[in-house]
Amino acid sequence: MNDNDIYVVGAGIHAFGRHEGVSGADQAVVTTRAALTDAGLGWDKVDVAVGGSNTGKPDSLVARLGLTGVAFTAVRNGCATGGIALATAANALRAGQGEVAAVIGFDKHVRGAFATDPAAYGLDAWYGTTGLMVTTQYFAMRTKRYQHEHDLPDLTLAQVAVRASRNGAAHPHAWRRRELTTDEVLGAPMVSDPLTNLMFCQPDEGAVALILARGSRAFDLCPAPVRLAAVTVRTRGPGSFEVFSPWLSPQRAGSPSSAAGRDALRQAGITAADVQVAQVQDTDCGSELIHLAETGLCRDGEQVELLATGATDATGRLPVNTDGGCLANGEPIGASGLRQVHEVVRQLQGRAAGHAVPGAPRVGFTHVYGAPGVSACTVLMRSDR
Amino acid sequence: MSRPLAPELFASLDPLSLAGSRCPACATVQFPPAPQCAHCAADGPAPIALPTSGRIWTWTVQRFAPKAPYVSPASGFVPYPVGYVDLGEVLVETLLQVGDRSPAIGDEVHLRRAPVGTGEHFTYAFGA
Repeated sequence: MNDNDIYVVGAGIHAFGRHEGVSGADQAVVTTRAALTDAGLGWDKVDVAVGGSNTGKPDSLVARLGLTGVAFTAVRNGCATGGIALATAANALRAGQGEVAAVIGFDKHVRGAFATDPAAYGLDAWYGTTGLMVTTQYFAMRTKRYQHEHDLPDLTLAQVAVRASRNGAAHPHAWRRRELTTDEVLGAPMVSDPLTNLMFCQPDEGAVALILARGSRAFDLCPAPVRLAAVTVRTRGPGSFEVFSPWLSPQRAGSPSSAAGRDALRQAGITAADVQVAQVQDTDCGSELIHLAETGLCRDGEQVELLATGATDATGRLPVNTDGGCLANGEPIGASGLRQVHEVVRQLQGRAAGHAVPGAPRVGFTHVYGAPGVSACTVLMRSDR
Repeated sequence: MSRPLAPELFASLDPLSLAGSRCPACATVQFPPAPQCAHCAADGPAPIALPTSGRIWTWTVQRFAPKAPYVSPASGFVPYPVGYVDLGEVLVETLLQVGDRSPAIGDEVHLRRAPVGTGEHFTYAFGA
């Protein structure tokens, strides 16, 4: 153990889904208290806080958690918000701003696809008016191209949704709890070819909080702290195929997920083969398959075999999205990246609420991707003093 | 008489061509034209007219009406194909007009006008 090592010592989650009459802030408060209880701490012991939300104002939570004067940073980075909140908190602890940090993510979205304002992304109004600025459309076009280049059948896409539904059905915090069949997924109404509506996640509501501690303090607080061996954030390169791009370079290169994934493995001093449980952003089935390859967890095209043989099941050699991922949990986007970490932490601690990965895994990986081309990855490791 | 929704997208209206820009430093071509290069941030990319024919690089069909600022046709929403067209030095995101056929990667397509909303304005599309 190093004095500057950062550990997750507490975690809490508010079940994702639809919660009428419960605000996003309500969910965040309940969740933060649960995470503090998990760490055996009160809010007054938190030195640094980072909150991520795209529909609320995280720092206002101090009025309900306690006016302790804590340094509180709010972040808003689309679907990558949770990962970036975690990176911000970890870096604050490493910089000596305290020993204990709280990371809180929450959101409460209206039903249906996200509405987007072109100006917020540096784009002119025509782009939205003419119907080109739709996230689901982008994911479908990216999937279609990836299928063409790497020979991935629609069946492989459907198998992602089937596995996510099976994992979600076993998870008490998941929103979607019904197991799907490949026929059902393939036969569902098409949203944007080749993706049917059962191949997409939906915006919803939820909150997650993590308590981080630095150095030996972690072992005072938690019998099984999980070391944040790496946390990385990267944006897009000039040749990457990103959402909300009126044009692309003909030369493909520089995916933010590739960069963040590579950096995370290097920071942690491991290779992708060492990862025993993983979460990758699965806003849709195509995205999960592409992100598995971009983060280095598999080769392009290898996904066909991985899905067909059950290798990404909780009992397989590369368990992926063991809580059902975004597909089964929906996506309150401020909380989503932290849900991934929550699930991997619980798996590494032997406290998984749903399907447990057998064999006491020691190394986990998470990846989150957001518009307009930003990714955050972590490597998490079980720690024994 | 239909007018362009965003005149800055066009280098010429008759014959129709799209406006792009080429970076003097790294030669990156982008669409629509921009005062700085998105690749290397150099100032002063030169305006160019983009090729009017290319091949479909990827595609999908938008099967639900997008939220605002999208404007549905006056007669109601109709699913519409979209994609990226490879014009050689740049891939351009576009509406696709392929009639009753399904688009296919590699299909040759040509620049044309497409009505927006009530038809008072037009934008660009590529079609067979």
